Amino acid sequence: MNSVEGVAIASRGGAPSIFLRNITKAFGETIALSDVSLDLRAGEVHALLGENGAGKTTLMKILYGLSQPDSGQIEADGVVLKIESPRDARAAGIGMVTQHFSLVKNMTVIENIALASAKTFAIDLAKVRAEIVAASARFGLDVPPDAVIASLPIALQQRVEILKALMSGCSYLILDEPTAVLGPNDIDSLLEVIRRLRSDAGIGIVLISHKMAEIEKVADRVSVLRRGQVVSSSLANGITSKELVTLMVGEQQSGAEQRQRSASPSQSPILVLESVGVSREAGGLSDISFTVRPGEILGIAGVSGNGQTELVNVLSGTTQIDSGTITVEGHQLGSNTPQSLMRAGVGILGEDRHASAVHALQVVENLILDCVEKFAGKFQLRRKEMLNHCESAITQFEIKANPKQAFGTLSGGNMQKVLLARLFSRKPKVAIISQPTRGLDVMATNYVRSLIAQASKQGTAVVLVSEDLDEILELADRVAVMYRGSVVGIVDHTAASRESIGELMAGIAK
Amino acid sequence: MKARFVLRASTPWWRGPLLIAAAALLTILISAIMIRWAGGAPIPAVRYMFISPLQSRFGFTESLLSATPLVFTGAAVAIAFRAGYWNIGAEGQLLAGTIGATWVGLHAESLPRIVGVTLILLAGMLFGALWALTPALLRTRLGIDEVVTTLLLNPVALLIITGLLNGPWRNSESGFPDSDVIADSTKLWIIWPNTRVHFGLALGIVIIGLCWWFVGKMSGGLKLRAVGLAPNAARIAGLPVERTLLTTALVSGGIAGLGGASEIAGVAHQLTTGISNNFGYTGVIVATLAALSFIGALLVALMFGVITVGSFSASRALEIPSQIGQLVQAVLLITVVSALVIQKYRIVWTTKKSEGRK
Repeated sequence: MNSVEGVAIASRGGAPSIFLRNITKAFGETIALSDVSLDLRAGEVHALLGENGAGKTTLMKILYGLSQPDSGQIEADGVVLKIESPRDARAAGIGMVTQHFSLVKNMTVIENIALASAKTFAIDLAKVRAEIVAASARFGLDVPPDAVIASLPIALQQRVEILKALMSGCSYLILDEPTAVLGPNDIDSLLEVIRRLRSDAGIGIVLISHKMAEIEKVADRVSVLRRGQVVSSSLANGITSKELVTLMVGEQQSGAEQRQRSASPSQSPILVLESVGVSREAGGLSDISFTVRPGEILGIAGVSGNGQTELVNVLSGTTQIDSGTITVEGHQLGSNTPQSLMRAGVGILGEDRHASAVHALQVVENLILDCVEKFAGKFQLRRKEMLNHCESAITQFEIKANPKQAFGTLSGGNMQKVLLARLFSRKPKVAIISQPTRGLDVMATNYVRSLIAQASKQGTAVVLVSEDLDEILELADRVAVMYRGSVVGIVDHTAASRESIGELMAGIAK
Repeated sequence: MKARFVLRASTPWWRGPLLIAAAALLTILISAIMIRWAGGAPIPAVRYMFISPLQSRFGFTESLLSATPLVFTGAAVAIAFRAGYWNIGAEGQLLAGTIGATWVGLHAESLPRIVGVTLILLAGMLFGALWALTPALLRTRLGIDEVVTTLLLNPVALLIITGLLNGPWRNSESGFPDSDVIADSTKLWIIWPNTRVHFGLALGIVIIGLCWWFVGKMSGGLKLRAVGLAPNAARIAGLPVERTLLTTALVSGGIAGLGGASEIAGVAHQLTTGISNNFGYTGVIVATLAALSFIGALLVALMFGVITVGSFSASRALEIPSQIGQLVQAVLLITVVSALVIQKYRIVWTTKKSEGRK
C-alpha cells in the first residue's frame, strides 16, 4: 500500500483503515473532485477543511454512498468496498450526520432510533430503550429517551443523530459542519463528545469544518481541500492556523492588477451600520458596525459561514435586524425591508444569481423587474422602450443574449452581466455585491471586476462580499473581516495583506 | 428496473400537438371501454358525446350555456395559479357569489334593468371576493397553506346556502327549500334569441380577454407572473409579493363570484342547493388542461360544455349513466397532464447495474 504523498505515517490509531483512492467526480463541465486520496484511521479525528465548493461535501457524499465517483475507489484493509447507497456505507461501518437532520420530529428518541436500527418486523421499544440507556452511558451521550424530538433543542437533536449512527454499529462517523448550528457552550460539549468517541470508543471521525478554533482543539490530522484537490494533509500539531488559512484560500495569483484607488476620505459616509445584530434563529450576527463612503469599495472577507450571507440578507432586506441601526445618506431606516432599502438607493447583487432572477421570464423582463412602473403605459407595458433599454444594456455590458431569450438559458457569466446591468442601471448610491465572480471563467471574471471598479469611480459606494481573497485585495479600499457573525477588524488596503487578513479570518489576531 | 424523469434538452414544435392528440385518442379509448362496461355501444356513444351537440342549434346553444360558468371558474383558477396562489376554492367563491346575487335579486323590485343587472353582478363579485379574503389573509399574514383553507371553505358555503333555503329564503309559494324567483329587473339579457344563451357568456369572454391582456401586457401582470414563477427573485427585485398574492386572490374570488351571479341572474333565476354542478372544481381542471392560458381556458370550457350536453344525450339514447361525461373529463385531465409531463421530460429506465456507473 502506498501512502499518499506528503502524508506523514505516524499515528496513535495504528494502521490506516479506510482509503479513498484517486477519487474523481465531475458535474457536467465542473470538476468537483480531481484525483483525491485520503486516509482515515480508527481512533483519529480527521478534520477536512476547505472553502465552500472546495469539494468536502461531495467527497463525503461519495464515502457515504449518496453519490458515485466517476473514477477511483474506496478500500478497507486492501479490500475494495462497494458503496452504492447509505445502506452499503452503514454495512461497512460508516455513519454520517448531515447538516439537516434525518429525524422524525413528532416521534420520540426511542422511536427514531428503533426506526434506524430495526431489522425485524416487530419492534421491542422497551429493549431499544435499554439499549439507548446503555449506549448513552458508554459513549457519554446523554439523551432523554422518552422525549419527542421536536421538544429538544438542536444540540440534543444532534446528539440523537450521533447516537443513532453509533448504535447502528458504525466505527467511522462523518460529521458535516456539526458546529454550524450550535451556540458556543454547545460547541464545547460537542467537542468533548468527539474527544471521548475517539479516545474511549476508538471511533474514527471525519470532521468537516472551516473553523480553525475547533480544529485546533480536537483534530489529530488535517486535510485541506481547494478547488477539488487535496492541497495538504498532515498531523494537526505540525501546522498552524495561519498556514491552514493560507492553504485554504490559496496563494496570490501573479499578475493580479491593483485597482487605482482614488482616496477621498474627506467625504462623509453614505452607508453607516451601527451595532447591527440579528438573532441566532435568523443567522446570528452581533455588533456589526462599519461605514462606506461614496466611491469607496469596502471588501468583506472571512472564511465562509462566518455571517457574510446573513449580512447580505440584512442589506437586501430579506432578514430583519433585531438591534442596531442602518443609516443611508444620513437618514436612518425605520425597518430594512427590500422596498425601503431600494428607495434609499441601495442596490443588490445576490450571491446566488439563479435565485435572483426568474428563469422562465425573458431577459428583458428580468432586466426591468425592479423598475416595472417606469415602463408602465396607460393600458400596457411600453414593450418597445423596454426592448430599447435592453438592447443598450446588452451593448453596454457586452451581454451575449437576445432580449426575448428566457433568462434560464443564459450562461453563468451572461446571467451575472444581466443582473449587474439591472443593478447599475438604477444608478444606486450604494451597491451590495456578493460573490460576483463565483463560478465564472477568467474573461467574465475580469470583466465583472472592471465593472465594479468603474462603478466606484463614478461615485457608487460598494460593499463587496467575496470568498476570493485575491478579488478583495485587488478591488477594496478597506477590508472588513468577519468571524463568528461579527466584524473583527477593518484594515486599510495599504495595510491589507494575505497574512494580516488571514490572521483575522482565523480568529487568532487581536 | 427503475424509472427516472430526465429533463429534455429541446422540444421540437410537433411534439406538443402530437402528445395532446395522443392523449385525446387515449381518452376516447378508455371512455369507450367504460361505456362498453356500462352496457352501451362505444362508437355511437362517442359520437353522441363529442359530435352530435355540434350538429343541432339546440345542442350547440345548450353547450354554450353549460360552458358559461366554467369560463368564469377557469379564468378565476388560472389567474390565481399564475401568481402561485393555489386557490382550490372557486367552488365556494362561486357559491358565495350566488348568495350575494340572490340577495340583490330578491330585494330589487322595480329598478331599471340596467341598474338591477349591474347590482346583481356587483353583489356576486363582492361576495366571491369576500369569501376569498380569509384564506388570502391567512396565507399572506401567517403563511398558512391556502390549498387547505380555500378547499375547506367550499362545503361551508354550501351549508350556508342550505341554511338560508331552509330558513329565511324558503320558497314562499311551494315551501320547498329553494328561493323565490328573482326580480325581472335583475335577470340577464338573452343574447341569442329563442335559446337560453345569456349575457353571462359574453361577460365571461370579456373577463377572459381582460385577464389575458392584464397578465400578458400590463406591468401588474409582469409582476404577477414573476411572483408566481420565482417569489424569492421577485422579492429581491423589490416587488410586493404578499400584496400581489392578496390582490390576485381577491380578483380570483371575485371572478368566481361573478360566475355565480351569472348562473343566478342568467339561467336559474332562483337559488337552489344544486346551483353549482361542481363548477368550481371543474374550473381547476379547465385551467390545468389549458396549461393556465386564458384563451386555452375559454376553449377547454367550451369543449367541456359540449361533453356535458353530449353525455346527457348519450345517456338518454343509450341508457348509460350521464356521469360518463364527468368520467371523460377526469380521464382527459390525467392523460393531458401526463402528456405535458412527457413533453418536458423523457423517461429513462435504469437497471441496478447501470445505475452504479451513473
